[in-house]
Amino acid sequence: MAMDGNKITETVSWRNITEGCKIEAAGNSRLFNTGDWRVDTPVFIAEKCRQCLLCVSVCPDSSIPVDNYQRGDFDFMHCKGCGICAKVCPFGAIEMKMGER
Amino acid sequence: MSIKDRLSGNEAVAIAMRQINPDVMSAFPITPSTEIPQTFSSFVANGQVDTAFIPVESEHSAMSAAIGSQAAGARSLTATSSCGLALMWEVLYVAASNRLPIALALVNRTLSGPININCDHSDSMGARDSGWIQIYSENNQEAYDNFVQAYRIAEHAAVRLPIMICQDGFITSAAVENIELLADRDVQGFVGEYHPESYLLNSKQPLAIGPYAVSAYCMEAKRAQLEALKNAKQVTLDVAKEFAALSGREYGLFEEYKLADADYAMVIIGSAAGTAKDAVDQLRAAGQKVGLLKIRLFRPFPGEEIAAALQKSKVIACMDRTESFNGRCGPLGAEVKSALFDAQLMPPVINYVYGLGGRDVTVEDFITVFAQLAEIEQTNDGGKKYRYLSLRE
Amino acid sequence: MTYNFKEIMNKKERLAPGHRMCAGCGGTIAVRNILRGLRDQDQAVITCATSCLEVSTFMYPHTAWQDSFIHNTFENAAATCSGVQAAYEVLRKKGRVDGTYKFIAFGGDGGTYDIGLQSLSAAMERNHDMVYVCYDNGAYMNTGIQRSSATPLYADTTTSPVGKLSKGKPQYRKDLTAIMVEHNIPYVAQTTLFRNMRDIHEKAARAIYTPGAAFLNVMAPCPRGWVYETADIMEICRLAVDTCYWPLFEVIEGQWVLNYKPTNKLPVEEFLKKQGRFKHLFKKGNEQLIEHFQAEVDKRWRVLLERCGS
Repeated sequence: MAMDGNKITETVSWRNITEGCKIEAAGNSRLFNTGDWRVDTPVFIAEKCRQCLLCVSVCPDSSIPVDNYQRGDFDFMHCKGCGICAKVCPFGAIEMKMGER
Repeated sequence: MSIKDRLSGNEAVAIAMRQINPDVMSAFPITPSTEIPQTFSSFVANGQVDTAFIPVESEHSAMSAAIGSQAAGARSLTATSSCGLALMWEVLYVAASNRLPIALALVNRTLSGPININCDHSDSMGARDSGWIQIYSENNQEAYDNFVQAYRIAEHAAVRLPIMICQDGFITSAAVENIELLADRDVQGFVGEYHPESYLLNSKQPLAIGPYAVSAYCMEAKRAQLEALKNAKQVTLDVAKEFAALSGREYGLFEEYKLADADYAMVIIGSAAGTAKDAVDQLRAAGQKVGLLKIRLFRPFPGEEIAAALQKSKVIACMDRTESFNGRCGPLGAEVKSALFDAQLMPPVINYVYGLGGRDVTVEDFITVFAQLAEIEQTNDGGKKYRYLSLRE
Repeated sequence: MTYNFKEIMNKKERLAPGHRMCAGCGGTIAVRNILRGLRDQDQAVITCATSCLEVSTFMYPHTAWQDSFIHNTFENAAATCSGVQAAYEVLRKKGRVDGTYKFIAFGGDGGTYDIGLQSLSAAMERNHDMVYVCYDNGAYMNTGIQRSSATPLYADTTTSPVGKLSKGKPQYRKDLTAIMVEHNIPYVAQTTLFRNMRDIHEKAARAIYTPGAAFLNVMAPCPRGWVYETADIMEICRLAVDTCYWPLFEVIEGQWVLNYKPTNKLPVEEFLKKQGRFKHLFKKGNEQLIEHFQAEVDKRWRVLLERCGS
């Protein structure tokens, strides 16, 4: 029986639900948008960033992608706007736009 | 090839486990099943099996660890009794809903309180709705044979559910009887190796087990689980057929003993069926048309088949070795009456509670039951439908 | 091996986004940084006790875990993980599993200090090659901020509410880390989200790659339960460490090691005043409550210094 959960939605028949609700997947929660929870939004100011990556370590939502030791812009499909990254950035490279999604 | 021996029910099950050579056993001792993990530990200690034995601190952890190891891809088992099963309660449901074919050797013992170490079926009957397959044994031979068949039923692709093989505490677990064992290689050939389709330790495909399922999914999940349990009925028959070819011993969903033309029928579970058969023989010798139906598979409950087997019976006794405190009937009584009702059969059914906490039940007791059934037919007066057997007034 | 923060941040992400943990959740930050202790080439099986973490990271049909994952019930993460680990040992011997696997169980303080303590104690005593990580946010947050045995003295929770006759939780908190040390397992450590995360990274790697059982107790603030602005978490953790409310230490094969001694030990009220759950302590007339709290912090700190020979 296919255990791939990616195509399952709330209209699934009992005949097609995965056996024992097991899911053969790695990190398919990426399909789920948590970005719309955001009340405040971080802005990445690339020219101020020194790539210390401190912000990466404090993000609860794995929303600061790293590629070859360099962080990129935020993953706004998932960032919930908690503001921890902006607070820890030593270089002022992240600003919070309050009340903006 | 069969090997004749003399073994207790616990020893017989432990030997079946050794022959199966499972991957992981997690267990905690409790009377009267203690001997099973104890004997199995000696097999581990002497290198007679490749099994990892996890000496957990409780039955809750025994079942929890079994769920972990089975989910990881290892054939897993445990053994327990009574309060041990009760402590597992929560996780029994998890094992079943996760569709993990764990085997559990249950040695039936009454639930506290008062605390009592002897046999009744309150432990397994309480767990009857947990989603496990339940198979009951009359004697040591059946306990062994049922355990050898357990994984073939549980692991079947259409089933994949945990299975509980039950035998009566002390009565069969401790009593030594003649038994025929299969050769180790025959058991191994019959049971086969375990190759799960999806498991946690599959390096090619990560697996996630045990989600939070919102209301949109939870009901569908339960319905799918039911389908698997229903499938276990036919699989049990298919496996029994193969087992008969190997061993010469035949098993079905239940055993009919002199039932075909019986006016008065008794439905019973476990070791007391042996005693009841003696009562049937004595009454048959005296010309009375009495018979017996002994349940083997209780979950899923083969209601249609049981109703068909009882269709000619004029009065029926359902023997419950537990009290279910609904004031009307025991669990076996409820199942049988519901099956008869759906088949539009309306014979008088008297539900007896017997043997609680190891209360002895004798041939004479069962003869009394059959006499009461005959009296009900003759007087056309059902009297009390829910009775206690061998109770001091 | 020399510590290199950027190397650790460059490792693969093992907790995917899209999970439903609250914005600013400390537990999730803890989990991400613990998972960075794994070597990229190794695989893991993660076990999780019922908790915020579990119900939010594996909501059918979506898992946030890149590795295999199992949730069983509230109180049995350690027993479940021990079963998975025992299966690995057997299947590896039989040649039925490829590669190297590590085993990490996560539980909140409810699932660890309280309902899961028996299962945890036994799995540690059996010395399974696994790491149990408690993300300690000091209350049953998943069910709505009820007190646990990890809840600090005087905290306002929904089952130790502040009222006319109540000053919040009347009891001190259980010292679970010390209890785990008494199991004589190879490695026990206490850590939190501190500064550049070096402490948690090093302890996670050590716990994961120490053969046998290891236990990590990670203080992981909960913005809802502790009542603070989400962005302030790192400051709150720093104050917990600098006031010696939550000291950083490890116990390696029975040897106690203090990992950080503040040059300027701050009064505990610096930590308390940042959090709404302690705001009643700052009302006039309650000064002695803060003194009690300080006295307990000082007592435990002295005991720890003795144990560490510092």
